[in-house]
Amino acid sequence: MKVQVKLFAFFREGRFIKDDKELPDGITAGQVVDDLNIKREEVGVLMLNSRHCKFETVLQEGDIYAIFPVIGGG
Amino acid sequence: MADKIFRVNMTDLSTSIEDVPADWAGHGGRGLTSNIVAAEVPPTCHPLGPKNKLVFAPGLLSGTTASNSGRISAGAKSPLTGTIKESNSGGTSAQRLAKIGCKALIIEGQPQDDSWYSISLKPGEVTISKEEELIGKGNFAVVEAAEKRFNGKVGVLSIGQAGEMQMTGANISVKDPDSHVRSLGRGGLGAVMGSKKIKFIALDAEGGKVDIADVEAFKAANKVFTKALVDHPVSQALGTYGSNVLVNIINEAGGLPTKNFSSGQFEGHEQISGETMHDLIVERGGKPKHGCHAGCVIQCSQIYNDLKGKYKTSGMEYESIWAMGADCTVDNLDQIAEMDSIMDDIGIDSIETAVAFGVAMEAGVLDFGDSGEMIRIMTEEIAKGTALGRVIGNGAGSVGRTYGVTRVPVVKNQAIPAYDPRSIKGIGITYATSTQGADHTMGYTIATEILGVGGTADPLSKEGMVELSRGLQIATAAIDSTGMCLFIAFAALDDGACLPALIDMLNARFGISLTAEDVTNLGMSILKTEHAFNKAAGFTNLDDRLPEFFETEPVPPHNAVWDFTGEEIDTFWNF
Repeated sequence: MKVQVKLFAFFREGRFIKDDKELPDGITAGQVVDDLNIKREEVGVLMLNSRHCKFETVLQEGDIYAIFPVIGGG
Repeated sequence: MADKIFRVNMTDLSTSIEDVPADWAGHGGRGLTSNIVAAEVPPTCHPLGPKNKLVFAPGLLSGTTASNSGRISAGAKSPLTGTIKESNSGGTSAQRLAKIGCKALIIEGQPQDDSWYSISLKPGEVTISKEEELIGKGNFAVVEAAEKRFNGKVGVLSIGQAGEMQMTGANISVKDPDSHVRSLGRGGLGAVMGSKKIKFIALDAEGGKVDIADVEAFKAANKVFTKALVDHPVSQALGTYGSNVLVNIINEAGGLPTKNFSSGQFEGHEQISGETMHDLIVERGGKPKHGCHAGCVIQCSQIYNDLKGKYKTSGMEYESIWAMGADCTVDNLDQIAEMDSIMDDIGIDSIETAVAFGVAMEAGVLDFGDSGEMIRIMTEEIAKGTALGRVIGNGAGSVGRTYGVTRVPVVKNQAIPAYDPRSIKGIGITYATSTQGADHTMGYTIATEILGVGGTADPLSKEGMVELSRGLQIATAAIDSTGMCLFIAFAALDDGACLPALIDMLNARFGISLTAEDVTNLGMSILKTEHAFNKAAGFTNLDDRLPEFFETEPVPPHNAVWDFTGEEIDTFWNF
């Protein structure tokens, strides 16, 4: 299935900003993080289609999946 | 030396240095400015008349070696909102005031004629001088002149043309360690300074110092506190990307107000993002990391150079970049940096003014995205005080009323900042109930709703949001009294060692024994004092509401509306 994966801040270094990936059915948000060699403890926020999600969330065809490190501002 | 209250009366041009009344002794920063305004300013007075007072106060820990303790508070009745106001900034002034031994500077009265003045403070001395040379000039010229007249280290608080003309979007500029400016931005306090005919205040701390009751305990606590700040990942991201790291995540969450609050996502978000800004800064030999005051270990500010590698501006915040960027649909950081610099020089709030431009674009005064025309209006209309310049310089509400626009994002006439309250609901409670008009910094629920700091909360659900905002507003009022930068809150929310170390520093500074409960009580008491002032000024619970369009216009991509009832909002004050 096709899923668009987006990375932010220093997660982009040596990786990508946005990538349309072909992923196996049933893959979870956490598995994508692992496959990108991003440490789970460095992850601050995961969003699936602009809503917060968890490592356990199962991705679906056509999803837009965003991975952020721990960040803040204001 | 013992801290004193420095008082300046602009009606008879007299000055005095007074002992600190017992009621004010435990206060600093916002707690002190709000208590002084509440005690001495008639709530129904005209904010630009002789009965209003402009109060500056360093935080309780300002002037010490405590990390991130260099914030200054300014207070008055706001000409923009009609409420009590505390505006907060970095720069060098808090540290200078504290070292001078000035617990608060109170400026009252109003000159009888058209003369302009400056004020200067040094330990044990406050002087009023006539000012002619700098009238009509911008803040950059004022800082340069003040350094020549005094010395390079002098602290400077000044107003630009907007403050002189008493525009309600006018801010007060605060010199930073590199002689650039930061801003006491919100609520039009520059207009109050202009109404008192004061162009600038010079703070010469030569020979002054801050006493610490227990030096060893202070050092030990500061070490723990500093480690908590430095170790927190949010601090590290702030040092790399600045607060502008938020553009992409708030856009992703669908809460980035775009095109005068008609959408929650901006097509050009990547071009104005913290990531893009970081790369441009590095490419052009600027500094992605920069502190707005000595002793800051987070360094969220930056030095932004232009295409030729020449200094353009510093301290560009997410809020300013969002307002000029997404809200006005300008997707060019160089244009935004140019406007940021112009607004610093004119001395006008970059949130209020850019949101006012968004409303003006809605009205058809200029096209969305036309940054060239924005720059022209800033330099040729606002800085010169033409009719259009004054309409925009008086803020978003002023533009809406003048042109008959109904989508005007203000609460208590102050522009709503960079988070759409329909898709991030907790921050809407803060906008509605804040004692100061719409202001995200009063209770930054975004930390929990979006960033997952200090727990989590679903930003599209109303559940628990009143309590979240209340808890943060109470804590913020206390933090704003210490002189600490609000960005310590990320570490404080997550690291159990941070807040106790802060309290230990307060105790070691003054030789007292505050507990965490005392600090919470301080926050509650400040909010209640401010709320009582507003009620006496004529505000009711019906003013604690968001503009109607938030209830009737669903905002994409979630197509969410603001759905809190008035009764639900009013439970905020149940404490």
